[in-house]
Amino acid sequence: MSKTFLTGLLTTGALLSSVLTAPPVMAQAPAAAGKDWSTPAGSLNGQRFSSLNQITNENAHKLQVAWTFSTGVLRGHEGAPLVVGDTMFVHAPFPNTVFALDLNNDGKILWKYEPKQDPNVIPVMCCDTVNRGLAYGDGKIFLHQADTTLVALDAKTGNVAWSVKTDDPSKGATGTDAPIVVKDKVYVGVSGGEFGVRGWFGAFNTADGKPAWKGYSIGPDSDTLIQPGKTTDLGKPVAANSSIASWQGDQWKIGGGATWGWKSYDPQTNLIYYGSGNPSTWNPKQRPGDNKYSMTIWARDADTGAVKWLYQMTPHDEWDYDGVNEMVLADQEIDGKPRNLLVHFDRNGFGYTLDRVTGELLVAEKFDPAVNWASKVDLDPKSETYGRPQVLPQYSTEHNGEDVNTTNICPAALGSKDEQPSAFSPQTGLFYVPTNHVCMDYEPFRVSYTAGQPYVGATLSMYPPKGDTNMGNFIAWDARTGKIVWSDPEQFSVWSGALATAGNVVFYGTLEGYLKAVDAKTGKELYKFKTPSGIIGNVMTYEHAGRQYVAVLSGVGGWAGIGLAAGLNDPHAGLGAVGGYAALNQYTSLGGTLTVFALPRD
Amino acid sequence: MTRYARYFLAAGVASCLMGGLARADKPADPAAVSSEDGKYADKDGRPTFNVGKDGKVDFYTYIGYVRYTANCMHCHGPDGLGSTYAPSLVNSLKSLDYADVMTTVANGKKDVSESSQLVMPSFGENKNIMCYIDAIYIYLRARSVDAIPRGRPQDHEPKPKDFSETEDSCMG
Ligand code: HEC
Repeated sequence: MSKTFLTGLLTTGALLSSVLTAPPVMAQAPAAAGKDWSTPAGSLNGQRFSSLNQITNENAHKLQVAWTFSTGVLRGHEGAPLVVGDTMFVHAPFPNTVFALDLNNDGKILWKYEPKQDPNVIPVMCCDTVNRGLAYGDGKIFLHQADTTLVALDAKTGNVAWSVKTDDPSKGATGTDAPIVVKDKVYVGVSGGEFGVRGWFGAFNTADGKPAWKGYSIGPDSDTLIQPGKTTDLGKPVAANSSIASWQGDQWKIGGGATWGWKSYDPQTNLIYYGSGNPSTWNPKQRPGDNKYSMTIWARDADTGAVKWLYQMTPHDEWDYDGVNEMVLADQEIDGKPRNLLVHFDRNGFGYTLDRVTGELLVAEKFDPAVNWASKVDLDPKSETYGRPQVLPQYSTEHNGEDVNTTNICPAALGSKDEQPSAFSPQTGLFYVPTNHVCMDYEPFRVSYTAGQPYVGATLSMYPPKGDTNMGNFIAWDARTGKIVWSDPEQFSVWSGALATAGNVVFYGTLEGYLKAVDAKTGKELYKFKTPSGIIGNVMTYEHAGRQYVAVLSGVGGWAGIGLAAGLNDPHAGLGAVGGYAALNQYTSLGGTLTVFALPRD
Repeated sequence: MTRYARYFLAAGVASCLMGGLARADKPADPAAVSSEDGKYADKDGRPTFNVGKDGKVDFYTYIGYVRYTANCMHCHGPDGLGSTYAPSLVNSLKSLDYADVMTTVANGKKDVSESSQLVMPSFGENKNIMCYIDAIYIYLRARSVDAIPRGRPQDHEPKPKDFSETEDSCMG
């Protein structure tokens, strides 16, 4: 990489706000992360790409642990710390402790924030008490606590600047997502799809926490901020109250569509992108219709929340394929034409490439060959089923019905990929995707709704695809063609977010606890180190005092820690088969540690 | 009478609960000595499993598997084996008896401190669980003494004839 290009990236990277107010540049992706890592994905485009290049594919094998830090919490640690200037901000799962560490002073604790939260919120957090991290802006650190308190902390002192309640945990709503800050607003979503919560996405003023707008996933247009006739769905304007029209009766009021995933932003269009999750309940028979707009990619105006376009990937979900995974914004050429792309690896196993300005669907291909529930996504604009997955009846839990166990569906409910975010390298033009290679049996049944109680409605069991023993792969993907470029098998699902760097190195973590560095072009392993606990956090990088560091939180947990702790069982191995697959609890145990790596000083 | 007690009644086990049983050192012998409508009981009249020589299980064990996996698995792990989040119930039921399990499921349990954030929710108001709690107990009891292997029971006795009716009236 040329030095001028690098400096260009660095200045824009450090001054995101200047990009936002800069005159519109011809279709150019927003900056990469540089010395700082000031937003959950490093940059608002969600690329998780850093322009730092001290650590390269040539020297990564020399990496060493520079320092470590314990959060004092022994639960699943998702997300990544932020670095702003000389300070690192580290978050933890419930009770959602936040630490500010002084990078000039060996990580000395500058301040610590520990909210008092009602422990009754713990079991409402389906599958572990994770939190996906912090956002920074306006001199403040933002945290969406488990109890749905959005709090702004003075970045210098840790004092609470303001706090607002965004939802009600006694009804099953919780906060687990990492906010992002764009201009003068901070954006958050909500968890609770397994409790019949009605999902929403909201903007709050960074100055005082005043709500700016809130757009529900489901409901009348006045709630969803869909503009009938103007908002488009695959290029076509949507009709009035299209969400409610796709449900029967009042089911939409407890219809799910939670919004706990990653968010990204494009200054060129002023659109904010995110996905909505599963419709409630998991029993499809109890909610006839397309259940709009669960399982949907949303593009909203960042200032007003008005929906520019949307696309429902899995209409009438029958497998819990939440659509909340990250939206990565990248500019690439397709068929010789420069396009402003949004790339999304969905739980349902399809990698989608869309035009992020118009919402046009360009590519939808399986990113794990095991995916079998649908033959393909219909890409013919003239077809009646345009944009819809072609579901195979044998894997349709709706078709097979209640109290019937539908077997060998790939992927499992946790998806070919869950929340663990992918990374994009503008240098290689490739996406780096942590994946799950797991299938399932799924049996839906009738459930009744009680506010604040789980509202699930299906039993499932999971196992690797027939003939395979690896439960994960780390892949490189070409979103222009929808093809896997290389694939590194992993014993367990890869549940850690990836990082791509200008040094031609890609990083990720494994459930056993390894931090791995691989060559961005070939996937060849360059370095690995076993951290104190399994990794479900995202790898990040920053520069301090002229040195590049790579950091990751370890602390096994989340869905992965629950499903894989005792090892999966093969339900089709016949009677007497015991623990067919590797058990995670033979490799790692609970923890909560930040491990920071660097090259040795010579 | 609390609401959950009504669900218990519907499930036909209120009498045991009201007895105020103390935590036993070791749960009683799980061998089935009687059965009524496809539901088996041990010598103390507590619900238990029945596994045939061919591995065929009673209907309650089977439904217990289904309901455990839907309602408890996401914390206690597949097949009752525990997770990073909640203890192994296969182990717990080696020392907990019927009344202990009922009380914990209905009322919840907490161990929250500086170093521990264990919270078992209270399900007393949750029909999806309380209407099936006997079945879940029976399933876990079978798992705890290794009477059935991991995974979905491959074959089970037919659905007892009053099962659906009782289920409907409990679920409301
Ligand atoms: C939200 C997570 C969660 C769910 C769902 C859950 N449990 Fe628990 N359970 C826990 C935790 C955590 C503990 C440990 C509590 C403690 O030690 O104080 C526990 C403890 C228990 C215990 C006591 C174990 C002992 O050794 O004392 C029993 C029995 C139990 N659970 C049964 C169930 C059953 C049956 C279900 C399903 C109907 C269920 N649990 C669903 C989290 C959960």
